[in-house]
Amino acid sequence: MTAPLAPASAQGDARATAEQAAIDEAGQARFDALIEADGRIEPRDWMPAAYRKTLVRQISQHAHSEIIGMQPEANWITRAPSLKRKAILMAKVQDEAGHGLYLYSAAQTLGIGREEMTDQLIAGRARYSSIFNYPTPTWADMGAIGWLVDGAAIANQVPLCRASYGPYGRAMVRICKEESFHQRQGFEILLELSQGTEAQHRMAQDAVDRWYWPSLMMFGPPDDESPNSAQSMAWNIKRFSNDELRQRFVGMLVPQAEVLGLTLPDPNLRWNDETRSYDMSDIDWTEFHEVLAGRGPCNAQRLQHRRQAHDDGAWVREAAHAYAAKQAAATTEQVAA
Amino acid sequence: MATTTDQTAPDSAAPIGRPAGAPDASAGRAAPVSHDISMGVEGEEAHGDVSVDELALSVELSGADGAVATPDVAEYAMWLGDDALILAQQLGWWISRAPELEEDVALGNIGLDVLGHARSFLRYAGTADGRTEDDLAYWRDEPAFRSAWLFEAPNGHFGDTIARQLIASAFQLELYRRLADSSDPALAAIATKSVKEVAYHLDHAAQWMLRLGGGTDESHARIQQSLVDVWPLVDELFRDEPVIDRLEGVAVRPSTLREPVLARIQEILDAAGLETPNVEPSMAGGRRGSHSTRLGYLLAEMQVLARSHPGATW
Amino acid sequence: MATPGELGTEAWPLWEVFVRANRGLSHVHVGSLHAPDATMAIRNARDLYTRRGEGVSIWVMPADGITTSDPDEKGEWFESPAGKNFRHAIYYTKTEGVKHL
Repeated sequence: MTAPLAPASAQGDARATAEQAAIDEAGQARFDALIEADGRIEPRDWMPAAYRKTLVRQISQHAHSEIIGMQPEANWITRAPSLKRKAILMAKVQDEAGHGLYLYSAAQTLGIGREEMTDQLIAGRARYSSIFNYPTPTWADMGAIGWLVDGAAIANQVPLCRASYGPYGRAMVRICKEESFHQRQGFEILLELSQGTEAQHRMAQDAVDRWYWPSLMMFGPPDDESPNSAQSMAWNIKRFSNDELRQRFVGMLVPQAEVLGLTLPDPNLRWNDETRSYDMSDIDWTEFHEVLAGRGPCNAQRLQHRRQAHDDGAWVREAAHAYAAKQAAATTEQVAA
Repeated sequence: MATTTDQTAPDSAAPIGRPAGAPDASAGRAAPVSHDISMGVEGEEAHGDVSVDELALSVELSGADGAVATPDVAEYAMWLGDDALILAQQLGWWISRAPELEEDVALGNIGLDVLGHARSFLRYAGTADGRTEDDLAYWRDEPAFRSAWLFEAPNGHFGDTIARQLIASAFQLELYRRLADSSDPALAAIATKSVKEVAYHLDHAAQWMLRLGGGTDESHARIQQSLVDVWPLVDELFRDEPVIDRLEGVAVRPSTLREPVLARIQEILDAAGLETPNVEPSMAGGRRGSHSTRLGYLLAEMQVLARSHPGATW
Repeated sequence: MATPGELGTEAWPLWEVFVRANRGLSHVHVGSLHAPDATMAIRNARDLYTRRGEGVSIWVMPADGITTSDPDEKGEWFESPAGKNFRHAIYYTKTEGVKHL
């Protein structure tokens, strides 16, 4: 840039800044009114930068969780103990690919591409639900994941169907409808095992013992330690607090565990008539933070699996892209001739 | 220009959400759990607005109910059932490992289709001596399996899987199309249901052959090698065995499939700019229980859990 | 202005998917996906968006091929009908009770 032009340019910048400020002010007013009226924000609407950033973070994390979440269960597809269970499990893991895909698409309306999100994931720069960093050593884990992990996910996700960002809410409606079978099939697996042989019953109880606490941690830290929650609730992205959802979830589990004939691994769990809620033992958040920090049992393995699938598929994606480009060029030539 | 599906195609399957035929009681219809575990999904106030649709479930497995297969028919049903079962077992591995998410879903659909075919064929095969589909899948040892070696060929890389799928689907398409006219009503019913699905699998494989064959130099070289590797196993598909002589009008004579199946594959390879491999056929004898070295490992993995718990239900 | 989402930087572009649930109904937007070309896009759409029997016909459209109205001009575009109640049947109250109207 040459010196004489600088003043003119600075003037132009000032004018542009003023214009932008006016746009932002009007946009913020419209945005606030929409949120106040419990309306929906759509992709082309003006939105605060922080709202966009929060959504991109939350939706991409959610998408990554679905994709990484395929692995603990895909681990048992080839070993499922009956052909019917094999079919159910294949359909379920396949659904999870679909859910990740719907969510990546919702995030993409905010200006971030799937390629970029994938790169963040396989480079270890993105978060996903830490529960998927636990291994699945037995078949009963397929039941416990369905009943507890999907159960917790559904309890978290159903309110998201009303999230203020339109594409996110719409993706969640589709996901929740499809997920309804996931939890039921998990419950059925556990019920079969619990009522089966002694070894099967033990397998079921062991899986519930291992997954119960991690599933409760899926609701996030206690309300007084959850810094982002208040803003997300004000923006109508989040509708209930972490502790509210956790309580609601435990309330649903208790009678279900009775039907299963399995116990929940918390000696202090009991209904409190005064507080109208369940008393329970304190959650050991140390483990949660350890897993979150990358020191869970399978963190490295999950990323390695995803990275390998992505790398192994690169030549296939390139081939399809090259073929499409050649076909398009051939069509253009034909039209020109 | 928008791309559309062919709207003139008849609706082959009753869409879910509309009453289908009376559900088959033996079809493993998911019995509703007697209590609601859907956790607010069914419109709990202020907690969300998603409801689980009421719908009539369609029949899960095909084939005439109550029909009992003769030992020869059961043997033939095991050929086809084992082909499909081993293929499904291998395709299931791909879910979470495909080149792109869309392809995870596509391979999952194909795997689920062929698993459904396997279950129908094996269920029928089991009627001959009172065994279930799971008895046959989980409790037979390697020599009792009747799959052809093609289906046992390793997943390898994506191109290897697609090359195997192309041949498998071209073979099954022609086979099921003819089997739909079988004098055995159960085999005819299974084939009629399966043939449409297999047609889609062949199209999927053909689309990928075009892209890998005509994509980059690397993809062309890779898929050409995949074809060379799997081609020795093609011949076995068209070999007649004595049991076929006893099933005139019931089974499809394998040798009669050679010409139409190879012609169809040739057409796709030509379009993809790929060469038909010129390699010697393998003496593979899967129909007689003599299997590739790989099958033992496949079965060990598939059967390990079921066999650790004899008599258990799942 | 095109639909949001297509960034123009990805090897496999974004496609929008429309599904007809049943004969007699319109195609309705159900979501999007990535595909290298139209042929694969429509197959991916079938595998992804109709695996529970949700449709009998599918359209796919490159996301950057759809032209949309500009949300910043919502006022100019969509507020004009307000007040023109005479376009609605219920505006005409004197016909209440008269049959076949």
